[in-house]
Amino acid sequence: MAHFEKANSIGEWLDQRLAVETLKKVMQTEYWIPKNINFLWAMGMVLAATFGILLVSGIFLLMYYKPDTNLAFDSVNYTIMSEVGYGWLWRHIHGVGASLVFLIIYIHMFTGIYYGSYKKGRELIWLSGMGLFVAFSAEAFSGYMLPWGQMSYWAGMVITNLFSGGSLEAYGLVEWIRGDYVPADAFLTRFFMLHVLLIPLAIIGLIVLHFGTLRIPHVNNQDGEEIDFAEAAELYKAGKVKESKVIPFSPVFLSKDVFVMGVYFILFFYLVFYHFEFAMDPVNFDPADGLKTPAHIYPEWYFLWSYEILRPFSKDLGLVAFAVAQVIFFMLPFLDRSPNVAPASKRGLFKYWFWAMLIDVIVLTFMGKLPPTDALFANIGLVSALLFFALWIALPIITKLEKKL
Amino acid sequence: MKELKIFGIVAIFTLVLYWGVEPFAHSQMHKHVESHGFAYDGAADIEEAEAAKKEDTVKVKKAFWADVAKVAKIKGDVAAGEAGFATCMGCHTGMPINMGGVIPPALDHAGAIYDKNYLIALIKDPAMASNVDHKYADTSTHPMGSIKMMMADDQQIADVVAYIMAKKAGEVTTKEAFSEACGRCHAMRYAKTTQLGDTPTFKHEKDTLAHKIKVIDEQNLVKAYMGKLPPDLSIIIRARSEHFLETFVENPQSGLPGTSMPRVGLSHEGYEKVHAYMTEIGDPSKPAREELGPKVLLFFLAFTALAFLWKKSRWKGHH
Repeated sequence: MAHFEKANSIGEWLDQRLAVETLKKVMQTEYWIPKNINFLWAMGMVLAATFGILLVSGIFLLMYYKPDTNLAFDSVNYTIMSEVGYGWLWRHIHGVGASLVFLIIYIHMFTGIYYGSYKKGRELIWLSGMGLFVAFSAEAFSGYMLPWGQMSYWAGMVITNLFSGGSLEAYGLVEWIRGDYVPADAFLTRFFMLHVLLIPLAIIGLIVLHFGTLRIPHVNNQDGEEIDFAEAAELYKAGKVKESKVIPFSPVFLSKDVFVMGVYFILFFYLVFYHFEFAMDPVNFDPADGLKTPAHIYPEWYFLWSYEILRPFSKDLGLVAFAVAQVIFFMLPFLDRSPNVAPASKRGLFKYWFWAMLIDVIVLTFMGKLPPTDALFANIGLVSALLFFALWIALPIITKLEKKL
Repeated sequence: MKELKIFGIVAIFTLVLYWGVEPFAHSQMHKHVESHGFAYDGAADIEEAEAAKKEDTVKVKKAFWADVAKVAKIKGDVAAGEAGFATCMGCHTGMPINMGGVIPPALDHAGAIYDKNYLIALIKDPAMASNVDHKYADTSTHPMGSIKMMMADDQQIADVVAYIMAKKAGEVTTKEAFSEACGRCHAMRYAKTTQLGDTPTFKHEKDTLAHKIKVIDEQNLVKAYMGKLPPDLSIIIRARSEHFLETFVENPQSGLPGTSMPRVGLSHEGYEKVHAYMTEIGDPSKPAREELGPKVLLFFLAFTALAFLWKKSRWKGHH
């Protein structure tokens, strides 16, 4: 057994047993972050905070929610909304948080794409981040089932039907997923389990992995500059904070993170109190009814772009396109053949690729919610979906042509 | 400032995204229905018939609403109207007794919540007034159809309506307005009311079940008459937009063509009462939200200001 001296303070006592001083250095005061960054670098912490809010509000909702097709709707809309003290607040926080978390995820993703933060040793950061995107998507979908409103039911119907594989007609698989011929009690209880246990566990694991992947390649910076972190850290520790290219995570980087989070929370709670409807579709305030299909079925806004990639094609082609669109972003580090780690503005053709991709995804998002019966919208949707794939095919070519900076 | 420029770009893209998936998408998904300020002159009905190219119906409707306008100009005698109103009381007893498919509504506050023109039209021809004439080959098959025979004189109609507007117009609570105008077809389970009114609490489960059976029987009658059980309105306030609810109550055919729901003829004040009740039940956190919102925002404004100062002090000498 190790030898222990008498400790003179709680800190010292803990340090002897847990090495908290070392831990603090490794995780905070000597975890070096480049100085040349902007507020977009705070999105990771904003996401972590939003996940925390979703977790806490979710725990409160879980205490009163009833996963039963006969009780679910009223447990959410009556018990939580009028009988539980501040139940409405937790629900609106949870609903708005679920929507905003995707806004920040998309900002975080496109920041990574713009600055090339997925290249040269940072591939795993990107891959684990995409893993988180998929896990959050599954979490959002399973959570959307729980109030058991019209949109829960019909979205569940549409999405589980995708697993029939078009012309493969694998209805056995669909029934296996639902546990019934249609979304019913078995469906609700298993999605409840996924939403409150299995997927959150996966998310927490992936967050740890995502942080871990950052450690060795370090965070990218605004110019994609390769920094000698050891040298810069020595400079910083020697007191030359102005000359050094790095800052410690805590308290310097953290102070900026907290400020950005403050701005974000103002928006967040403005939406929670005054503008929550955007995150809570009116259709879902009608109880699930298997005999009444809503006039328009559409997913929440953050899935619209991939929904629109599914829609304009024939059944089988649409499914293939949809499946490819779901995973294509994973391939980014391998499809980008350029040796440069630099902001898109300095990367020739990639600059146009970036803005074209961003605008195309936004146009797809718009079209995904509009009625496909309108020929104009349907055609815009088709062209945007084709452009989406054209851009991915063009990516390796234009990046291969890129000159080394 | 480069950072502000980047923030501006992010903000613009976010706002454009919001505009596309919310206001723009909704404007494309729902056809726009013009509100007509709770005035009942048949203009919307005639337009509908014209759009459907039913020329005979157009003629009949034009004549009918012209008649209504004529009666509206006659000065009614309140005292004489009282005698005529006794005829109404034969059915509108305020008791939950189904007659021909529905329970006749209580008229205790009819003068306070319904429109005068509408009431005239209703007595002249209930199916036409409620814009569900497409459901009946002949108005006399309407549950209230017999009124056409019982009260055919224009002066008498003017008298009865004058009586209702004068004597049945006392203070009305939001709940009374709702239950008189909507409650005989629509339950509201979050307020514990059904088509039979407030659900009493019973000591014995046997009595609870007996009441439940009565409710089911009543609902079956309404269902048989309307084609389907009209939806529970507990949280309709969150399931439909303000504008939709308003124009739908004014004229159900405008939002749901062919629906069997009758137009109930609420005046603007009457609708406001009903709307207030639906908000109370369907969105009960509204007052608490309005109370707490500014405090939470103030907290985060202070938090952000302090965080900014902290950031400034921490980054001092770094650039």
